Amino acid sequence: MSKPKSTLINMVLVLLAITAVSGFSLGYINEWTKGPKEATRLARKLAAIKSVLPEITNNPAEELILLPTGPDQDSLECYVGKKDGATVGYAVSTYTKKGFSGLIRIMVGFTAEGNIVNTVVLEHKETPGLGTKMKESKYKTQYHDKNPATFDIKVTKDGGEIDAITGATITSRAFSEAVQLAYDALVENKVLSQN
Amino acid sequence: MTQWKNFVKGIVSENPVFVMLLGMCPVLGVTSTAMNGLGMGVATMFVLVMSNIVVSSIKTLVPDKVRIPTFIVIIATFVTIVEMVLEAFLPSLYEQLGIFIPLIVVNCLILGRAEAFASKNNLVSSVVDGLGMGVGFTLALTALGAVREMLGNGSIFDIAFVPEGASTFILFILPPGAFITLAFLAALFNRMTRAAQN
Repeated sequence: MSKPKSTLINMVLVLLAITAVSGFSLGYINEWTKGPKEATRLARKLAAIKSVLPEITNNPAEELILLPTGPDQDSLECYVGKKDGATVGYAVSTYTKKGFSGLIRIMVGFTAEGNIVNTVVLEHKETPGLGTKMKESKYKTQYHDKNPATFDIKVTKDGGEIDAITGATITSRAFSEAVQLAYDALVENKVLSQN
Repeated sequence: MTQWKNFVKGIVSENPVFVMLLGMCPVLGVTSTAMNGLGMGVATMFVLVMSNIVVSSIKTLVPDKVRIPTFIVIIATFVTIVEMVLEAFLPSLYEQLGIFIPLIVVNCLILGRAEAFASKNNLVSSVVDGLGMGVGFTLALTALGAVREMLGNGSIFDIAFVPEGASTFILFILPPGAFITLAFLAALFNRMTRAAQN
């Protein structure tokens, strides 16, 4: 069988056919993977909340409050963690755009008094081997059990008390800024003082 | 040409990275660790084999003047499928490779094999060509990632072999290190293949 000639009608028909097949198959696979994809995203979020607030017994997804904050009044998602009905902490999904490669999203857990419990990086594009060390315990335990009201969580180069990751000061600075944003959002919206 | 020779050429005499210097964007961009190199290589190999299969099976139906747009649509479709399926069913791998997967579309290695090989050869040869090129690409990326990770981070496949806090050549994880390592590895590879031929 020889190739069809490159006439206008042949070219249009072939391109139409190939894009139609491609479009339909992508649509089908999108439908098919939609459920599992959403389940995966939710499971990751819940796992992140669970690891920043290990004590809680409720389903935090049911206790979502929005905290408008920052220069552009973006709302941060805040999940209220309860143990046996009493509020024990807050998991705030915060972000910064000042990472070495842009956006970093972090889940930060606070106790009801505002002490940082733990942090989990949800999304980032930092340099592997450098900026990614923000996920390692050597770096992030510096924040644990600290209250941003009494402990300056800026990096030492900016006059704070956090030792920046070697070779990744920009990432460390951005990380601190995101954590601070989460804390400020809790304070501004008077979440902490309610209890 | 036997199928075995067809397979081996992608790894040695026509290695896409060290000999043909194709698909340099992912080669330089994602090889900061051995694991990243391996993951990118395997994902690329999958798309390469699938697109070779389709291109080879429809080669008699596509008019010459629209063959490139047709190949691109086929490649982009497979890349999108890979991305959706990974995100849904292998979330941990997706997390590692997430940002690299869309880059596969613009990898000229895949378009190059569709144009130079699959559109002129039968189905079986095209599959073997895709596998050979894919393995060659994966090996090259893993080697590059391993060298950069060892020198830059003091570890291999995330297993550290220097004490924590030891100073390493951070340069090798950063973009300039990719160019330097690629040049040395390509020179070494060509030296070795030439020595083997003589």
